[in-house]
Amino acid sequence: MADVTLKKTSPEPPEGLAGFVADWSSDQRAFKQVSWGKAMMWILLLSDTFIFGIFLVAYMVARSSTPETWPNASEVFALHIGGADIPLILIAIMTFVLISSSGTMAMAVNSAYRRARGPTALLMLATALLGACFVGMQAFEWSKLIAEGVRPWGNPWGAEQFGASFFMITGFHGTHVTIGVIFLLLVAHRVWRGDFDLDRRSWLSRGNGDYESVEIMGLYWHFVDLVWVFIFAFFYLW
Amino acid sequence: MAQSSMDHHPQATTAADSHEGQQHPIRLYLLVWGLLFVLSAASYLVDYMELQGGLRWSLILIFMMLKAGLIVAVFMHMAWERLALGYAILLPPFIILVFVVIMLLESDYTLLTRLTEFATQ
Repeated sequence: MADVTLKKTSPEPPEGLAGFVADWSSDQRAFKQVSWGKAMMWILLLSDTFIFGIFLVAYMVARSSTPETWPNASEVFALHIGGADIPLILIAIMTFVLISSSGTMAMAVNSAYRRARGPTALLMLATALLGACFVGMQAFEWSKLIAEGVRPWGNPWGAEQFGASFFMITGFHGTHVTIGVIFLLLVAHRVWRGDFDLDRRSWLSRGNGDYESVEIMGLYWHFVDLVWVFIFAFFYLW
Repeated sequence: MAQSSMDHHPQATTAADSHEGQQHPIRLYLLVWGLLFVLSAASYLVDYMELQGGLRWSLILIFMMLKAGLIVAVFMHMAWERLALGYAILLPPFIILVFVVIMLLESDYTLLTRLTEFATQ
């Protein structure tokens, strides 16, 4: 009798690939009050941290092991505005644009948890526009430097490794921003359409006002801003 | 029926009510937004005023860590998450610091080799 009830409460777990999926999707959680989606986003961001960490370490090695002088970022990234060279001005503007986008994203998350559909979608749209603006300025910066003769194997001002580090680090970060913009637009569109207020599950939402994927999207976007803080400090200011 | 189950599991209902979400006052977000602007302006000024040496590097690092801390703690809500998640995510990156030290020693040696072996007159 006892055996029968025991078997009923714990059926044989499925084998093979189905078992693999069943085990990983079973209701066991180490991170309380954190949904599966949010925990996985954090783990993605952690692995991304290591990728950018390795890029910055590689840059540090290139810079500290070369006997050549490193190009002065302050002059390299200066813009000629109104008859004077303003040092690093484009990078400063890019920084402020990205921080503003982080601010609008935080506001979007706040509106999402108040289940305000319109403001959430609009704020996400504003975030995406600021992000696109950032990528545009980066494209301008790249073409300016390429026109001035910067290549991954050399540049007119000093250590050859400067170009390789610059294109690798800012290129990878720009790719992250671009992916973020695409996903922001996607999620914003679904929020605007009202997918998250449906009475049933839909892509990215458990329905009935479950707006958590806006917060998860926000985690990714703030991470992009976070990485820029380190790139700004180590590559442009150092 | 629903009332009695609510009495028995007050925590379960609050979690469901808030959808395990992170709801925080807008004022706090605006404050952090403003602080990030000020800190960014300050780190730009470090370059604009052409500060050099130890002062420059320490200021850059201080402003960088303050900005990173504000973004992770408030914008990414880490300040309100449980410690289990915080430790799992925030401690591993510090291993990179060990890597930095190893690679600094290595690049020092590389530089020395380059200076002695490839010196050109």
